[in-house]
Amino acid sequence: MQRVLLIYLLFAPALLWLPERIKKQRALLFALVQLGVFAYFITRIPLLSEVPLIREVTQWIPGIGLDLEFTLDGLSMIFSLLISGIGALVFLYARAYMKNYRNTGRFYFFLFLFSGAMLGLVLSGNLIQLFIFWELTTFLSFMLINFFHEKEASRNAAFQSLFITGFGGLSLLTGIILLGKVVDSYSVSEWILRASEIRESPAYLPGLILILIGVMTKSAQFPFHFWLPGAMEAPAPVSSYLHSATMVKAGFFLLARLNPVLGGTTEWTFIIPLVGVVTMLTGSYFAITRTDLKSILAYTTINALGILILLMGIDTKLSVKAALLFLFVHAFYKASLFMIAGMIEKKTGTREIGLLGGLVRYMPFTFLITVLVAFSMAGLPPMLGFLGKELIYEAKVQLPGIGALILVLGVVSNVLMVAVSLLFIYRIFLGKGDSMPRIPDEKGFLLLLGPGILALLSLFLGLFPGLLGSTLVQSALAVVHAEGVEVKLKLWHGFNEVFMLSVMTVVLGVGLFLLMLRKKVIQERWNNLNQRIFYIQLTRVFTAALDQFVRFSERKTRVLQHGYHRYYILTIILFAALLIWLQIFVTRGWVIETGFSLQPFYISGLVLLIILSTIFSAVSNSRLTSIIALGVSGYGISLIYLYYSAIDLAITQILVETLIVVMFVLVLQRLPRFARLSSRLTKIRDLAVALIFGSVMTLLALKAIRLEFSAPISDFFLTNSYSGAFGRNVVNVILVDFRALDTLGEVVVLTVSAFGVSMLLRKNNSEK
Amino acid sequence: MNSIILQIASRYVRWLLLIFAVIALLRGHNYPGGGFIGGLLAGLSIVFEGFAYSPRYALDKLKFSPAGFIATGLILIMASFLPGVLTGGKLMTGTWVSLPFLFDWEVKLGTPLLFDTGIFFAVTGVTLLFFFSLKQDKQWK
Repeated sequence: MQRVLLIYLLFAPALLWLPERIKKQRALLFALVQLGVFAYFITRIPLLSEVPLIREVTQWIPGIGLDLEFTLDGLSMIFSLLISGIGALVFLYARAYMKNYRNTGRFYFFLFLFSGAMLGLVLSGNLIQLFIFWELTTFLSFMLINFFHEKEASRNAAFQSLFITGFGGLSLLTGIILLGKVVDSYSVSEWILRASEIRESPAYLPGLILILIGVMTKSAQFPFHFWLPGAMEAPAPVSSYLHSATMVKAGFFLLARLNPVLGGTTEWTFIIPLVGVVTMLTGSYFAITRTDLKSILAYTTINALGILILLMGIDTKLSVKAALLFLFVHAFYKASLFMIAGMIEKKTGTREIGLLGGLVRYMPFTFLITVLVAFSMAGLPPMLGFLGKELIYEAKVQLPGIGALILVLGVVSNVLMVAVSLLFIYRIFLGKGDSMPRIPDEKGFLLLLGPGILALLSLFLGLFPGLLGSTLVQSALAVVHAEGVEVKLKLWHGFNEVFMLSVMTVVLGVGLFLLMLRKKVIQERWNNLNQRIFYIQLTRVFTAALDQFVRFSERKTRVLQHGYHRYYILTIILFAALLIWLQIFVTRGWVIETGFSLQPFYISGLVLLIILSTIFSAVSNSRLTSIIALGVSGYGISLIYLYYSAIDLAITQILVETLIVVMFVLVLQRLPRFARLSSRLTKIRDLAVALIFGSVMTLLALKAIRLEFSAPISDFFLTNSYSGAFGRNVVNVILVDFRALDTLGEVVVLTVSAFGVSMLLRKNNSEK
Repeated sequence: MNSIILQIASRYVRWLLLIFAVIALLRGHNYPGGGFIGGLLAGLSIVFEGFAYSPRYALDKLKFSPAGFIATGLILIMASFLPGVLTGGKLMTGTWVSLPFLFDWEVKLGTPLLFDTGIFFAVTGVTLLFFFSLKQDKQWK
């Protein structure tokens, strides 16, 4: 598995250096690789019926107990097959679709990397690792939506999706860490082993909600769903791959993966179905009133994602089974519908459903395929979609209590979906359409290959569902829902409750379709009504909130970063004084050194000289004298060092003082004439600040003498200086050996400040 | 300032300061001195020349730019970490070799000396960088 992922990582950049002639065929190459990966996973299926999972672990960051862990079990198998299989078809489709665009190299590169990241996500056996792949897909999705970056709409849509899913990603990470702290591990298998511990910990509910926010943003659940219709600005291959078949399912995948750990609680079965139901209704409701082809499909995707999340939340064996089957159903029909929508846009030059019509004359095969997959979307027999819908109804019928409400809402949503599917077929291919920008044709075998294969699969698996049920769904179900159940998929279940529901759905759906067809007025009225009810558009709310946020930070920055050097220094000094004061105050008691002894008169005289020269430098009327006075106090201090036999310090101090005076003299030249500009009040303030800081430092010094936290380290230095480090000068040995790391840090600070000064002055020079 | 006295003096003082700087560096491990002090002295020797002639003149006479001094210093510091690691210790472990010298004396060479030399160069570079950026392209009047 790791090698498979490595192929993605290495192959994508390697192709950038290929010779031109091969480069033109890179879509085919990528498709071939995907096909190979698909074949690899197919060969692993029999293995899965023998062992529950295949695991590969590589040491990664042992310091924090993180390993690279890849697991292939039933659940990741389903996803891997979808990712690599549909990936191959998408690349074939993209070769025909992207032919006349610039920068296709970049496009294929990102698309290919995306499939790698997505595979990595579903194969991760470790949640931190899963999160990294999760963020990678977010980022690559951003790059792909942004493919037409010259268009403002594309940029906005890309940013919106990045912002929302990125926010979800952060929330997810917080959730993972929160729950990971409970069992002190991020490995999924460890989480499953200690599931009850996690479920009973107080971190469970916040962790669940945080993870759920990540799931909701990624899988476009209400109220985060609005990025998905926006993402339709991406080229059609991206929509059919990322935004229908794979990436948006990542949220569902995570729920399924964590179901054994977090599922089954009241919180789970209350919150998640609620989210799912609302999303499902939102999706199907908006799908029927949209007129843009891809927008319609985006909302039906939202509907499907809602159903998936809802089923996962219901969390019975049957519902999980239905969800896993529906995953296939939806991936097949939605990927092909997006490809068809892209093709129609390409051939006719428009996506607006009002302008299209009568395409059956020009594109008969496309029509046939569309009918098949749209039937699957509507859940009509004999397609796979029918099976999926039956199972979903069955799962809902078995629910006690609130299940009845969910069932009714599910029927409503499905009725809408039937109508949407029929309207989709009718308006594009039948009906009248004489306002198309171009008369289409059906050239381009590769454009139809993908949808064709997927449609045939939908049909074939609908007729022989046992192929799917016996192996794949069965083993995946075992992963998600621990107790194994026999999965039997049949097309015909006999006349029962579920069948009656199906019939009712179809009848109502067809009725709605006919009604909307007969009376064009209904559509218009409906749209008007929508605009009145839903005048608050989430997209606009999002943009407005973002604008407000930016304005807020601008205002805040203007207050905090005022640009006055004196106020920065004032803030730093006062804050440092406060911190030091607090520390002095809380540390031990007030034992202050009082045993002062009289020092010889020359030392007292020196101290007096230092004090006087310091005061003089502050009140002097000439800069030069002021600096010289500072120098006097500096040299005086070095004399004191010398007296107390700190000779290294003394030498250093003398040299530094010399340099400072020299530098100051240099700076003096550049300064304007000396003048007293500060008001009386400013001076008093500065004096106060200086006094505060000075007295705090004095207190610190007085207190530090008497404080002993542990045996002083100086003894160690003294005894080991010569024997251990071969040096008699202890100060130097400390600097270059015992505490070399500190010295390194100091040198780096010096370097950085020197370069800073150099840069600042250089800028001044060029301005002159 | 075109003082002939200062200029003639600088010719000798410069070398004197440089020799002192190197002595300070070498004796640093056992007696007062060390890389920091040595570096400051070396920097001052060139600053002195800059005052006597002109900063441009002093800068042109240098083989390295001040930034080059800093880079050399940092590279030497990094190099001093390597022997410790290569001989199986932790990063920054001091490593020593004894080399025979004239008569019966031995010279002990160790990574701390290399480290100190690195500091020497870095400090020289920093001093020069401060000086020359303050005085850049301005003739001494």
